[in-house]
Amino acid sequence: MKFSASFICTLCVLILVLNACGKHKTLVEIGDQQQIIHINNMSEPSEIDPHITSGLPEYRLQMAVFEGLVLKDPKTLEPKPAVADSWTISEDGTEYTFHIRDAARWSDGDKVTAYDFEYSWKRVLQPEIGNEFVTDFFVIKNAEDYYKGKIRDFSQVGIKAINESTFQIILNNPTSYFLAQMDHFPMFPVQKKTIEKFNAFKERGTGWTKPENFVGNGPFIIKEWIPQVIFSVKRNPYYWDSTNVKLNEMHFYPYENVLLEERMFAAGQIHKTEFLPTAKVDKYRNSPAYRQYPFYASYYYVFNTKLKPLDDVRVRKALAYTIDRESIVKNILRAGQTPAYHLTPDDPYGYKPRASFNYDIPLAKKLLAEAGFPDGKGFPTLELVYNTHADHLKIAVAIQEMWKQNLGINITLRNMEWKVYLDARNSHSFHILRRGNVGEVVDPGTFLFTMTSDDPLNESQWGSKRYDELIGLTKSAKSQQERFEYFQEAEQILVDEMPLIPLYIYTTNNLVSPSVKGYYNNVLDYHPYKYLYLEYMGQ
Amino acid sequence: MFFFIIRRIFQTIPVLILVTIVTFILIHSAPGGPFDQERKVSPDVLKHLNARYHLDEPVWQQFGRYVGNLLQGDFGPSFKYPSHTVNDLIAAGFPVTFELAFYAILFALLIGLSAGIIASLKPNTYLDYIPMSSAMLGICLPSFVLGPLLLLVFGIWLQWFPVAGWGKIPGDKILPSITLGASYAAYIARITRGGMLDVLLQDYIRTARAKGLSTARILFVHALRGGITPAVSFLGPAIAGLLAGSFIVESVFQIPGIGRFYIQAAFNRDYTMIMGCTIFFAFLIVIFNLLADVILLLLNPKLRQEVIGGR
Repeated sequence: MKFSASFICTLCVLILVLNACGKHKTLVEIGDQQQIIHINNMSEPSEIDPHITSGLPEYRLQMAVFEGLVLKDPKTLEPKPAVADSWTISEDGTEYTFHIRDAARWSDGDKVTAYDFEYSWKRVLQPEIGNEFVTDFFVIKNAEDYYKGKIRDFSQVGIKAINESTFQIILNNPTSYFLAQMDHFPMFPVQKKTIEKFNAFKERGTGWTKPENFVGNGPFIIKEWIPQVIFSVKRNPYYWDSTNVKLNEMHFYPYENVLLEERMFAAGQIHKTEFLPTAKVDKYRNSPAYRQYPFYASYYYVFNTKLKPLDDVRVRKALAYTIDRESIVKNILRAGQTPAYHLTPDDPYGYKPRASFNYDIPLAKKLLAEAGFPDGKGFPTLELVYNTHADHLKIAVAIQEMWKQNLGINITLRNMEWKVYLDARNSHSFHILRRGNVGEVVDPGTFLFTMTSDDPLNESQWGSKRYDELIGLTKSAKSQQERFEYFQEAEQILVDEMPLIPLYIYTTNNLVSPSVKGYYNNVLDYHPYKYLYLEYMGQ
Repeated sequence: MFFFIIRRIFQTIPVLILVTIVTFILIHSAPGGPFDQERKVSPDVLKHLNARYHLDEPVWQQFGRYVGNLLQGDFGPSFKYPSHTVNDLIAAGFPVTFELAFYAILFALLIGLSAGIIASLKPNTYLDYIPMSSAMLGICLPSFVLGPLLLLVFGIWLQWFPVAGWGKIPGDKILPSITLGASYAAYIARITRGGMLDVLLQDYIRTARAKGLSTARILFVHALRGGITPAVSFLGPAIAGLLAGSFIVESVFQIPGIGRFYIQAAFNRDYTMIMGCTIFFAFLIVIFNLLADVILLLLNPKLRQEVIGGR
């Protein structure tokens, strides 16, 4: 076979041209020089209006264009002044008075006032808006009654602008985590003038958040929003602390595929990935870009305690005691996760659950025999439901095998698409269900409130009078110490009754370019953008 | 011809009605709803959201409302993206999907026709075996395998092209177009080879050769018209397939076409978006098949005679 000279020449030219195409600076390198950060946001935001969204992808964008009364410190997670430059809390812990800083401005130059906050929070309490976090406001005096229409006069609700710069909140009971929630998106302010212009007080999706209409009060303003392509923001010159904001722009991409975001990182298209798939951890383990730190989230299995034989606590304990969590963490997940023997993760600020149990096969066998199933004989085939994800599958297969070997029982696995899984979860159509819970603030209540008998998130249908009592007591405790003691007892009840099987505490695993500075590891994976900046590391 | 086209257009109406009804029933039968979230929505909030989008009405009433809006060209608001209507999202996504399909078909025609013609001119030589083996490989290699392979080689190892995006970074349209067009190029190559071999054995080609016409003239003036007819008849379903098949490529390369919106809508149970995309795609497929039939009739007088008689 002979190739003609012209064919070979053409091929060479083509290769040279393509090679020339390849010798360009990556987006990350250009970004480092121009202070433009590229981040994958994992999903197309459904909206930017902070009062109608409910997801993390939206929150990550809202953090750029809105600011609440406080901002958590990225190193310590302590609430620090933001729109409010100071605040006072009454001695009984139920009255918060925020002082709005004089320099706080909207992105159109108007002053941010206490009236904006009063108007915004009143908007959240309008049922027509359909805010999914409205229950977070029910700790405020009369907020729930106003939302449910039992009170029509808003002045009776504990949300009040005393004057332009004084915003007062009155709570039903002392709520220790209330201040930390002030930078959560439902608490963000919206500009009254803009909302009224678009008639958006009780209306969803009026278009006020489109780049050409948008007014926010965060360190950045929307520059461009092309669905499924990009959401970019640029520095807001009116932001009260704009002199300390170093980034010029932030570009967020809506790519859901975790393997693709890793590829984008490898190709120098993004500075940061949201996740790092388990399968890729080994590849990056020694890379300076790899970040691994504890995450305030718990992975567990829920029992449907209304179904036989799971209504028997001995059966539930037998299943919980025969799972080798160390092995799952070491051999399957392999990314620093901690085996869990209680529901709430340890937190760096004081709460460390004392309740625990052991990996104890002989005891589990004994309990199962006492429940009427010696060596698993006569035990019905139960189904373990999980949503589609490679790690959930691997863990479920391992646990299925552990139960078979250690107890002689058969469990079938059922993989479900996300919405089907949610439907099964909400309608209690399962025997055992995979579950995860992520803390919004560092407080054991985030996890333990969900197990009270009337909580909509309690899919186990388990209930304990004493447990409910303890959770009630935490809401009126006089000190954090006292509150934590109630939580400790509640946690012990969960271990004694085992309506769920704690499996492990999550870690954050992702890739962050070494050129990104001002990014600190913390248990909430919380990174306020005003502190971020880029350092050019090129030649 | 005019009456033939009108008749075919009327035939599409029941198809579209059926697609609308079946899709509506299917999506409302699927477990989970548009407002199911990780954090369970309280019953009060759910009640208001359902009322806002008329999901608290009986299904037949919802269907009636939907069809009423549809007849006015309104696909309704997206449940997932409250600030956008389905019309907005389709208008944003379709040009991208169409552009991708256009580049892919261009690539497929360029590669497929050339390979097919070369193979037919030198049957049973390496010029036939190499393109035809490659074509077989192209047919066997699905786009969800070829895409990541191309990404790995040209995106990550060689860093010649970006690994994701559309129209933002130079060269980001090349790999997706090749990925989507590759299997069609392979089909077109094989079909063209068969068609050309058929034609080149005809008497009128032998006559042309006997008259001493140049190979180029025989090929481009006499043989090609008959030879590529099978490839043209393949184009209608191919374009329809390209538009529908672009879903996978759009997902692999994260291209903001309708395919991606469609897939997301299914996961999000964004009812109006699923309906809008389905009806829109059904309409497109019907139109492209009609176009292919018309082109075929124009190319083939024998067929024209059979289908529309002497008119």
